[in-house]
Amino acid sequence: MKRFLQAAMLFGVLLAGVVVASQAQGLRSVLGTVLPYAAVAVLLVGVIYRVAGVWGRAPVPFRIPTSCGQQKALSWIKPSKLDNPSTTLGVIGRMALEVLVFRSLFRNVRTQLKPGPKLAYVGGWELWAAAMAFHWSFLLIVLRHMRYFTEPVAGFATMLAALDGFFEIGVPTLYVTNVLIVAGLGYLLLRRVFDPQLRMISLAADFFPLLLLLSIVVTGGLMRYFGHTDVASIKELAIGLITFHPVVPAGIGSLFFVHLTLVSVLLAYLPFSKLMHMPGVFLSPTRNLANNNRAERHVNPWNAPVKVHTYEEWEEEFHDKIEACGLPLDKP
Amino acid sequence: MHDSGKILAGLVVFGALVTFPVWYHAAWGGPLVKPRLPADLAEKECIAPTAYMREHHMELLNSWRAQVVRDGHRSWTGENGRQWRASLTKTCLRCHANKADFCDTCHSSAGVKPVCFDCHVDPKGKN
Ligand code: HEC
Ligand code: HEC
Ligand code: HEC
Ligand code: HEM
Repeated sequence: MKRFLQAAMLFGVLLAGVVVASQAQGLRSVLGTVLPYAAVAVLLVGVIYRVAGVWGRAPVPFRIPTSCGQQKALSWIKPSKLDNPSTTLGVIGRMALEVLVFRSLFRNVRTQLKPGPKLAYVGGWELWAAAMAFHWSFLLIVLRHMRYFTEPVAGFATMLAALDGFFEIGVPTLYVTNVLIVAGLGYLLLRRVFDPQLRMISLAADFFPLLLLLSIVVTGGLMRYFGHTDVASIKELAIGLITFHPVVPAGIGSLFFVHLTLVSVLLAYLPFSKLMHMPGVFLSPTRNLANNNRAERHVNPWNAPVKVHTYEEWEEEFHDKIEACGLPLDKP
Repeated sequence: MHDSGKILAGLVVFGALVTFPVWYHAAWGGPLVKPRLPADLAEKECIAPTAYMREHHMELLNSWRAQVVRDGHRSWTGENGRQWRASLTKTCLRCHANKADFCDTCHSSAGVKPVCFDCHVDPKGKN
């Protein structure tokens, strides 16, 4: 609970600061132009630095065969092509399933004592469902937001909006992703707060991103369904940003500046946070390397050259003697 | 071995995605068109303050619809006491007769397609 309170307090201070700042007309050009530019710059430089400069410098490790399926062996043993791939295609398949449908979250098993008494390992689907609901909704929301940043509006943004607002509930239409993302984030947060085991291993840095995301979603939803904002003026601001002629039109409500500033904080925070699992998943050695240790020889490229004496050479050397003893030969 | 090629390719894709709006605009972007009023419109004011209309016109229309369809109550009084007939076609589109240049330019740049005109008529439009 202490670490949750720490995160909540830190976040509360941030939110209060943002809310106060958004009220000040004088700060609007900072919140509406300087901060978003700075945040995107920090995001790009930070991610590139961490991926190329830190992670990319680490040598590729020896292939780690700790996957959870039968590796390719003899022809009559069925290999598990996706869990323990031996080819690049299999690796791409495993990575795609991991990135798109979070397959490994199904391994979120718990031990339970069932009547008997019997020890059982029970897989939970809740974490997977909440993670899918959150991440996919987030992606769709970001793609739909491209309606602010493209003129004429990119086709996919209108198409997704039509799909997302399929049920046509209310004016403006309720987006299904808005319900799903609040439910998903809510579950992910409450899980860490109320489950004692999870609370034990949760740090302030686990709660903070959830609070940040939740508040971005809530301010967005408030603007759309409750307060209403001048979307046309916000579009002017957004187009100004991406054409590098920033403008802050008058008459935009302060809630928008809270929304935008929290988004800027999120973008700038990303390279320093656990949210780096986004590029990180692609660089996970247990996910991105084929398990072909036994089929191919992997030589550490910076090893000093080792003088080896292969079996072929050895057989050739003692060919006549082996033959004389009547032992089998590879090359008779 | 650092697999630098693959990492760089991944980062290039990441950078391209983050900056998508910038190069999209450079390639296909056009100017933001402001909604236009008919040139011959005598009225100088909307039925409510302009700032309010920009933010809340959809809500107002929704409440008009509710009051007409559910309560059969067809008149609406503006803040300044002026009486209006609560009607999409007969009120809004009487002043904003140029729906294509007014409602539609704004909506297409905001990426919204109100379904209203599936049923309601735009007297000067094609449908
Ligand atoms: C200044 C720009 C602007 C003008 C002019 C304008 N609208 Fe809108 N309208 C919007 C925006 C922006 C939205 C969407 C708001 C959102 O997505 O939250 C919208 C949404 C709507 C909606 C709700 C649509 C939905 O499905 O959610 C209706 C109905 C609507 N407008 C009717 C009209 C009519 C009728 C006119 C012309 C008389 C008009 N608007 C003129 C900007 C404008
Ligand atoms: C009496 C004529 C009249 C009627 C009726 C009327 N409007 Fe207007 N409307 C105007 C005028 C004039 C303006 C421009 C006001 C200004 O420039 O400040 C305007 C502005 C607007 C704007 C803001 C446009 C912008 O560029 O900022 C919207 C949105 C709007 N009207 C929607 C509607 C809707 C929806 C209805 C019906 C519910 C409606 N109007 C009914 C005359 C009218
Ligand atoms: C399924 C067809 C249909 C759709 C779609 C529809 N309406 Fe209507 N609307 C009607 C009918 C039918 C009436 C009743 C007409 C009457 O009694 O004068 C009506 C009445 C209204 C009225 C009051 C009467 C008048 O003259 O305008 C308003 C305002 C209205 N609708 C707004 C909207 C808005 C805004 C939308 C889009 C968000 C919309 N409607 C979409 C069918 C529809
Ligand atoms: C991490 C990035 C962001 C997230 C997760 C996010 C989330 C949301 C959500 C969930 C909504 C509710 C309505 C909807 O789903 O469309 C919303 C609305 C909104 N967002 Fe964002 N947002 C983000 C970035 C931005 C940015 C950069 C802008 C600047 C242009 C912005 C402007 C808006 C506006 C104007 C609305 C109100 C829409 C309306 O009234 O219809 N958002 N946001």
